[in-house]
Amino acid sequence: MNSPNTPPKLEPTVQTYLDQLRQGQFLIQHCTSCHTHLFFPRRFCIHCTEESLEWVKPKGTGFVYSTTTVRRKPDAGGDYDVSIVELDEGVRLMSTVQGISPEDVKIGMRVRLQILSAEPAPNKVVFIPEELTPQGDHHA
Amino acid sequence: MLDLNIRGQVSIVGVGTAGCGEAPGQSELELLAMASFNALKDAGLTLKDIDGLATANLNAAMWPLNVVEYLGIKPSFVEGTNIGGSAFIAHQKPAMLALLTGQCNAVLVCYGSNQRTSTFGRRERGQARSLLDPNLFDEPYHPFDPPSSYAMMAARHMHQYGTTRRHLAEVAVAARKWAQLNPEAFQRGPLDIETVLKARMISDPFTQYDCCQVTDGGGAYIMTRSDRARDLKKKPIYILSNETAVWHKSVSNMQDLTVTPSLESGPKALKAAGVSIKDIDVVQIYDAFSINTILALEDLGFCPKGEGGRFVEDGAIAPGGKLPVNTNGGGLSCVHPNMYGAFATIEAVRQLRGEAGERQVKGAQTALINGNGGTSASSQSTSVLGTDNTL
Repeated sequence: MNSPNTPPKLEPTVQTYLDQLRQGQFLIQHCTSCHTHLFFPRRFCIHCTEESLEWVKPKGTGFVYSTTTVRRKPDAGGDYDVSIVELDEGVRLMSTVQGISPEDVKIGMRVRLQILSAEPAPNKVVFIPEELTPQGDHHA
Repeated sequence: MLDLNIRGQVSIVGVGTAGCGEAPGQSELELLAMASFNALKDAGLTLKDIDGLATANLNAAMWPLNVVEYLGIKPSFVEGTNIGGSAFIAHQKPAMLALLTGQCNAVLVCYGSNQRTSTFGRRERGQARSLLDPNLFDEPYHPFDPPSSYAMMAARHMHQYGTTRRHLAEVAVAARKWAQLNPEAFQRGPLDIETVLKARMISDPFTQYDCCQVTDGGGAYIMTRSDRARDLKKKPIYILSNETAVWHKSVSNMQDLTVTPSLESGPKALKAAGVSIKDIDVVQIYDAFSINTILALEDLGFCPKGEGGRFVEDGAIAPGGKLPVNTNGGGLSCVHPNMYGAFATIEAVRQLRGEAGERQVKGAQTALINGNGGTSASSQSTSVLGTDNTL
């Protein structure tokens, strides 16, 4: 029996997403029926009610849709950014913009996706300002 | 479809609060029960009269059962929907339909929370909740919620419409000025715009003054059919309409961070009540954060989208302003035991009865209540209440 402090086993769709993330791939879903993109992962397309979702690798670029700096005491790790990023595929996700100070993250800023290793937890999707990144494979 | 005209057919006949602010040592059930006791006394009813129950709670999975057992009632109508703090307003329409179809005769809507002083309070519940109901896609980024989610809504509103921190501060200061007139309010000390602007940030653009209080408290009210209400102790306050809209859960799935479900529930509630914005004498908006008041004023139609910040300038919603909003001091300064919907309703009733003392809006006949639920205006519920002059 699991301890009550052990999180429950995840449903296969979410497990697939997290397994891909562990392997360094951030995937979203694309509907082959109505051609929309979807995030977070689901079992069927909520736009056209068809079971027609495939995993696709997004371009990895987008912009900061909104942002906040969470204030935290320096000895607890200091201030950090929480942002909602809209990918060029049209889906949004909560994330964090790194590489600049949290107060310098601005709405509308172009950003590029990076996968951050976070052992033992699944890897984490973060973003850095596009101007700080060399063009190329965001999954590098 | 059944064509049922429910406008004014059901009334609020009793209201009560208990332990607002700090109630150390009291359980959530006790606070709920004492608020219910006060509502029953206010109505001149006893528990034997109660055969309908509407309640919700953030810890228990089957909370109506806890309440039924504690109060020793056997209701034939139970409404336990929990869509956040708007629930205790959203409970009104199902309760109205149950009363009008004869399923029950008196509904007790009730709530209690000891989140401020309990040894198992806000923080502990949050930790337990992250195991029972995890959000795998947001949690890795540690939003300090609910402030961070509403902060991102505010940031977006500032970006799109030029709303300023000073506008947000106007909301906080107006709430405080109302609270200073309300002996039941938890925060009644002086507060001015400059103090809000200079305060330490919590989650930008919010300082502590942009965020609701964390208090204990119980709130309850009783609904009956209006024909019966006329024979009870207090003058009935008629429910002219109640409409609810539910759009999302997490802020990352909110379609437009500057538009709330009140855009749907507000116009529907006004239409069903047969009134327009101009007819509203007093407004109770669930102000979990300063931005909530601005967003609600826009989405309900008190001003155009994007103009909410400018609408509240120069004390416009403070005592003596052009529109009395949150006359008890709201969640920002009066009371906020986690879910505030019942308290907004209670204040609207007290205003329409003329029982609001120093903060009384003279001659108030029509009130609008707007509930907010979830960590990002996920659900909202709008009601219009009126005195017998509005029938």
